[in-house]
Amino acid sequence: MDLIQILIFITISVLIGFLARGRWRSWAILGISSLALFWLQPASAIRHLDFWFPTLAMFLTALTWIAVRPRGQAISREDLYTFGGMTAIPILISLLRNLDRAFLITATRPPQPVGVLFAALLAGVILVILVRASKQNLLLTRLAVLLILGLFIVLKSDSLGQNLSRGLRSWTQQPAELASALDLSWLGFSYIAFRLLHTLRDAQTGKLPELSLRAFAGYVLFFPALTAGPIDRVERFQKDLGQAGRLSAEEAIAGGTRIVVGVFKKFVLADGLALIALNNSNAAQVQSSAWLWVITYAFSLRLYFDFSGYTDVAIGMAQIAGVRLPENFDRPYTRLNITAFWNSWHITLAQWFRTYFFNPLTRALRRGRIRPPAPVVIFVTQVSTMVLIGLWHGIAWNFLLWGLWHGVGLFIHNRWVNFQRANPDFLPRPLQKARAMNILSGLLTFHFVTLGWIWFVIRDVEQAWATFARLFGG
Amino acid sequence: MNYFGDRKHIQGTWAFLGRLLIKALILFAIFNLLFLLLSPLPLLGPLSGYNVFFPGRARLPFGEDIERSYNISILQLEAMLNSHVISAGDKPEDEYRVLLIGDSSVWGFLLPPDQTLSATINEHNYRREDGRIVRAFNLGYPTLSLTKDLLFLNRGLRYEPDLILWFITLEALPLKKQLTSPVVQQNPEAVKTLLAAHNLQLSTAEARFVEPTLWERTIVGQHRALADWVRLQLLGVMWAATGIDHDVPAQYEHPSDDQSSDLEFQGFEEGEMAESDLGFAFLRAGINEAGSVPVIFINQPIFIANGENSEMRYNDFYPRWAYDAYRQMLARVAAEQGWGYLDLWDVVPSDAYTDSAIHYSPRGVQAVVERISQEILLPQR
Repeated sequence: MDLIQILIFITISVLIGFLARGRWRSWAILGISSLALFWLQPASAIRHLDFWFPTLAMFLTALTWIAVRPRGQAISREDLYTFGGMTAIPILISLLRNLDRAFLITATRPPQPVGVLFAALLAGVILVILVRASKQNLLLTRLAVLLILGLFIVLKSDSLGQNLSRGLRSWTQQPAELASALDLSWLGFSYIAFRLLHTLRDAQTGKLPELSLRAFAGYVLFFPALTAGPIDRVERFQKDLGQAGRLSAEEAIAGGTRIVVGVFKKFVLADGLALIALNNSNAAQVQSSAWLWVITYAFSLRLYFDFSGYTDVAIGMAQIAGVRLPENFDRPYTRLNITAFWNSWHITLAQWFRTYFFNPLTRALRRGRIRPPAPVVIFVTQVSTMVLIGLWHGIAWNFLLWGLWHGVGLFIHNRWVNFQRANPDFLPRPLQKARAMNILSGLLTFHFVTLGWIWFVIRDVEQAWATFARLFGG
Repeated sequence: MNYFGDRKHIQGTWAFLGRLLIKALILFAIFNLLFLLLSPLPLLGPLSGYNVFFPGRARLPFGEDIERSYNISILQLEAMLNSHVISAGDKPEDEYRVLLIGDSSVWGFLLPPDQTLSATINEHNYRREDGRIVRAFNLGYPTLSLTKDLLFLNRGLRYEPDLILWFITLEALPLKKQLTSPVVQQNPEAVKTLLAAHNLQLSTAEARFVEPTLWERTIVGQHRALADWVRLQLLGVMWAATGIDHDVPAQYEHPSDDQSSDLEFQGFEEGEMAESDLGFAFLRAGINEAGSVPVIFINQPIFIANGENSEMRYNDFYPRWAYDAYRQMLARVAAEQGWGYLDLWDVVPSDAYTDSAIHYSPRGVQAVVERISQEILLPQR
């Protein structure tokens, strides 16, 4: 989101906060979020993809809602209205295609309305069949999980993405030799996918509350959290959505302050640091280790200010619109150990993985037929969780190594804590309580995280390794 | 109670928020008004991280792609000069300081900073007869305009040069080209002072001078210039870290040997261009401005095509008639006025040009430096 888009969304949030209450707030949020999905989607080299990606996101949302509905529950009139609205939005957007560019909501001219109508019809038929077949919800939820994971893997893998791009280019009669995974930049898909997977898993375990399509789609597509999270939980979101109150001065001040802080972090600090932050090309150009350290620190800080700045803006806008999004950052670079860091960095993502991967895997290993010793369980669960978090950023060796780096770090810290508990006098008491020890721990954690970003930012593993070597004078 | 049914967690009412917004607006207006009245942007120029935290730049800041060149085109004269290595402290006693003034070929377009004319001169560590070491400073700046060159010559004098080498080419001389450079347009006061001081026949009411409106002089109006100043300072880190200030692509299109049959030059038909159409007065102003500091004009090398229509044109820039006429005029005026003048128009072989008829490769730079050293820098040896 750029500054103009943020200003427009703030205005919309204020209007929602003032004018829309209860159910109407929910309708307003869904309508604006659906439009935002199209507006924020960047242009793609593949014709009309900036139209079809948001449309597909809406279809996936509707499909998942069908999959997570309680068995045999009839579709209410309100849900039908929501279906109608969600279908009408892409059709109406496609009708704008002949207007002047200034009136277009999509990055490029949308496709012919006839094609969109046909696609809407097809989607409608699929959804009706799924509603009829929804007695077998378990199968449907599994299929939906597989579909979302499959899409995720294709979009996050360079080679699969390139193949898909090639196919789409052939279909749209564009030069296939120019195909690139970069063609498939689907705004917000990662976060949408996490929200959908969360509801699907909770539906499978019977924990998901009953949700109207309006509330469900509003949660999945919520406009402030579309681009950079945080990943809320649906039951919490639904609670806020149902509040009857209107925007209060306290919320306006708190939300506004949060937005100002976020804008400063993102557009002043992060964008300034971006000029001097480590990246793929400058890593090899820097002539001394000292300056390499400087640009590595710059990247570390830039990433924090960028991501947490966007999060502040999202939380602020949501608060004004009447939804209290969860916190995603809590001064992560001041933490004294890597475990505390991961409890304060991208908190909602870490919680998501803890809930849907780490905890079930730990339980499975502890209750399985072969029960490995505790350290093995901890190693396997922590490393695999962090590797998955790494691969979420992209299916590539560098992200895998970044995940390993943190997984092993968490394991070592876990073992160290365990060792300290067993040997409380290993370090002299005064040293344990010394302020200098805290400072040292903080510095060690910050540097561990900062060095880890090298794997994250430099795609080529050999070059990343060379950067490590140069940092230490090699 | 708020949305969420909490007790007040932040003290505030709509009245408080209203007062807060009004105060913020008043402060915003006051700061903008103060900024408008004080125009502090030129005062920021001397505040520079260069030559303090980072080494000074080898050439003036200019960049078309900030992410690849780690450089930015900033049009604030003081900030530009203070980021340059020439601003690093006093001139050493054993230094014979030479300023190079000119366009992109002097700046070193498509050359890394260590292969420009000034860097190549410095590499040789030439010594004058009195033992002083020749040290060249690159005050060239892309865009063709004698007015722009005169501006940098004027500013360069504060750095106590012993010699000024002013590289010129015909394209920079037509009177109508004088205000095309953004540096000239964005620094109207400095340019107008020079025009008036030397009685140069260029209207000071020219519309191309950018005279900011009141609104454009506020913080809001100047936010881009302020941001550029901050970016220039930040980019000092990348300059210090990489020594890169220009993106040199691996491949570019070389000037063509085949030329069009068009004989027009800057609106002049063959034989129409007179001495009065060209800015010789600006060269004279440079001599006067420099006072006791010698100025030598160097007619810089051009690509000489050798293909279709090359009997009509030297290159994309120049039909033969216009360029020949210019050289004759320049030689005659220089002789009449007693100016130092060196004509290097053909010293660079055609295969040593990069992407245009005036940009040459390191081999071309060597050829130019060799002649300059023979004819100017070491005449006493």
